[in-house]
Amino acid sequence: MSLFFSQLFNGLTTGLLLALISTGLTIIYGTLGVINFAHGALFVVGGYAGYTVYGLTDSFVLALAGGSAVALACGLVMERGLMRKFYSRPPEDQILVTFGLSIILIEIIRGIYGGVSLSVSPPEWGMGIARIGSLIYPMYRLETLAIAAVTLLVLYFILYRTSLGLVVRAGIEDAQMVDALGINIKRAFLVVFGLGAMAAGFAGVVNSPIVALTPDMGFRYLVESFVVVVIGGVGSFPGAIVGGIIAGEILSLTAMVNPQYSDVMLFVAMALVLVFRPQGLMGQEGRE
Amino acid sequence: MSSVHTTTAASAASARSVKQAGGGGLVMRGRLPEMWVGLGLVLAPFVLPAIGMSPDLLTRILILGLFGLGFDLLFGYTGLLSFGQAAFFGTGGFVTAYLLTDGVVGNMLLALAIGTVVAAVTGLLIGYLTLRRTGIYFAMSTLAFGEMFFFMENSVFKEYTGGENGIAGVPSPEIALGFIHIKVSSGWPMYWFVALVFFVGYLIARRIVRSPFGAVLKAIQGNPKRAMALGHAIQSYKLMVFVVAAAYGGLAGGLLGLFQSYMPPDAFSLDTSAQLVIQTVMGGAGTLLGPLLGATIWLYLYDGLQQIGSLGPYWKLILGVVFVVLVTVFRRGVAGALIQFWQRTRTLPAHIDADASSKVASVLDIVPPLATTRPGAPVLEARGVSKHYGGLKANSDIDFTLREGELHGVIGPNGAGKSTFFAMLAGELPTTTGKVFFRGQEITGIGVTSVCQLGMSKSYQINQLFEHLTVRQNMMIPVLARLRGRYRSDLLRSLHSDHLDSQVNAAIALVDLSHHADTQVSEMSYGEKRRLEIGLALATGANVLLFDEPLAGLGPEERVLVVALLKSIRQGRSMVIVEHDMDAMFELAERITVLYEGRKLTEGTPDEIRRDPSVQAAYLGGMDDESA
Repeated sequence: MSLFFSQLFNGLTTGLLLALISTGLTIIYGTLGVINFAHGALFVVGGYAGYTVYGLTDSFVLALAGGSAVALACGLVMERGLMRKFYSRPPEDQILVTFGLSIILIEIIRGIYGGVSLSVSPPEWGMGIARIGSLIYPMYRLETLAIAAVTLLVLYFILYRTSLGLVVRAGIEDAQMVDALGINIKRAFLVVFGLGAMAAGFAGVVNSPIVALTPDMGFRYLVESFVVVVIGGVGSFPGAIVGGIIAGEILSLTAMVNPQYSDVMLFVAMALVLVFRPQGLMGQEGRE
Repeated sequence: MSSVHTTTAASAASARSVKQAGGGGLVMRGRLPEMWVGLGLVLAPFVLPAIGMSPDLLTRILILGLFGLGFDLLFGYTGLLSFGQAAFFGTGGFVTAYLLTDGVVGNMLLALAIGTVVAAVTGLLIGYLTLRRTGIYFAMSTLAFGEMFFFMENSVFKEYTGGENGIAGVPSPEIALGFIHIKVSSGWPMYWFVALVFFVGYLIARRIVRSPFGAVLKAIQGNPKRAMALGHAIQSYKLMVFVVAAAYGGLAGGLLGLFQSYMPPDAFSLDTSAQLVIQTVMGGAGTLLGPLLGATIWLYLYDGLQQIGSLGPYWKLILGVVFVVLVTVFRRGVAGALIQFWQRTRTLPAHIDADASSKVASVLDIVPPLATTRPGAPVLEARGVSKHYGGLKANSDIDFTLREGELHGVIGPNGAGKSTFFAMLAGELPTTTGKVFFRGQEITGIGVTSVCQLGMSKSYQINQLFEHLTVRQNMMIPVLARLRGRYRSDLLRSLHSDHLDSQVNAAIALVDLSHHADTQVSEMSYGEKRRLEIGLALATGANVLLFDEPLAGLGPEERVLVVALLKSIRQGRSMVIVEHDMDAMFELAERITVLYEGRKLTEGTPDEIRRDPSVQAAYLGGMDDESA
């Protein structure tokens, strides 16, 4: 029984981490209507940049800031350089171009760091174990739970409780009109794309002490965040959180029975959602 | 289709005279791409080794090219971007390899066939699930299902697939057909075997592209909503082409195992799906041979860069950059760019369909109304129809009757709810309350496809055309729906028949676009597009037509043409017209219904409406003063 509870709790931390990884994807889609196939690559870029900063400064907080900043910069360059030209093109083109960009980013990482996996040790304040009742739990994973929860809250406020979020959401409905009202909608789009990229980079650093870095991990996390947002509803912020927690619990509880089946079960859950609620648990009907 | 164009373009000027002179030359010309591909496959072993291509490399390219034929039908022709094709490549490959290695099935061709069928059935299942959504949802969920198969290979099916080890020792292929018995050894014999399979696959794909089924696929890519509104059950078409693509994937996977004597687990990996997408986009989607060309570039680039020592590790980076540039600038890939260049140098009309007959039917067929109908009987009825969006009441409690043979106008100031009402009449929008009847049969919310098949069609306020197709190809879509019904699996039939062509020509002539029959729609003027928009609705053969602002945006000359057209088509048809142009409306309509603020204000003959003070007040804004 205690194993069950420990796995349940484990699922929650995995889940919130998955939610954190998926939010960048859902923020960009929910506001700009673009699905960013380079999201996993930005996650990797953040992780590696964090690794370098961590190595140089020995400060995990600075690593978090550095990883986020580099991913943010990549996002801004992507938006300015290419994505802006793709907002009016069909979704298939947007998918293809972001997919191409992800190959470029990942290959650059491979060129700089090589293909071998790099492990990152948790920060000093994340060492050791914590006891919650009868549960014994690694300290860093517990802190991850808190970091993810706080970050999600902050992002939510930026997007849904500030004028930036309002401008962007109005811009999706009618960019020309918002532009005519004297609001610089292009800059708002740029900020959102950057924010989504930064969220991916931040998640990449947070995740790095838990899973060792490899250039190819990007696609794995891209796929997992797809599952999360399909379950939760693409473009829905609360959906990413619900979807993340469900995915985390599925992975964790199935692993208790047979670890080989945990990934398969994740996709079975997604298939069920597609059959019975194609718009996702928290998604709205009508938006494709 | 573009490859078709190139050859027909070359013969465009003489095509029609050739046809009249006798079919022989035409058959040859229509088959030209097939002959070139066949010739290329035969000559490749004698030419390409000179530039350093080994038989193994060529075989690998052909396997990927075969995989790509199916994917191009799915993505290049229908517009469905799947990132999960590895699931079928792997399924076909592992089923074939397992059957042969474990000795369950001795006959290699039978094992390949079973692998292909299992992949197709898998495609049916995954297609059913993923095609429920389009666009980004489709790309994401196919990608996720692809990954699901990758994980299943190493868990659920580990016993059969060997998990991480894959299946080694796949016996080298033997062709046993009773009377012949050939052992295919590696090297050139393997190339010939795979080339033969590829060629058959190519012939089938060409037939599909040039079938009525293929014509509908292209319409779905261009404008899925209109294809649906013109009477095609597009979900069935999408599912069928998904299954076909899965079968091609399964066959290619089976060949991979035979070719390598080993079935690797990474056949299921995301890389496999991604490589397929990249090679197709690079080579040129929508050309059938684009994927083959893309695979050649991919594998040749890889080999070439490995030999330049310092660049070797960066080959994928270079590939990524090339890919992004192609997507941004040359969306139709290398093959698309070549075709465009070819067409430009020949300065010939590129889109002439030489196979089309020039016969024109004297009348455009109309779906016969029910035998029981008589003049003046109600055809289309709305009873107490309302549409609410949350608190907003777009339409409230509208009653409406269109009688047999009548031309009924609907007018109202901006925001009166005309378009919403029209969409509910046409079956596009479900009603919040109230019902719609078509000749006594309830049609509330049965969907546009069914409504069209019953014999009612709508022409849209904003043109809904297939912009990348010619006028002729556009007009075929509604005629095909009338002749073939909601769905038909005629993948291997040829598109043209005298009946089809004469109907299509009649519809084109009716809207006075005969001189533009082979012009691509995107190159036409607004007024011409407007007439085509009306022509599409007419060509469905509908005997009840709904026109949403047919005169919107037209200049004075075009306006006269369209008003004359609307008058000329009244024989045998009942019509409803929504229009802002009052003069035209009073000239055309026999009865007029006035909508105001989502309600029916009044109804009557044009003279009654003209004199009605409440109508004048509504248009002059007097009503607002009263209610304020």
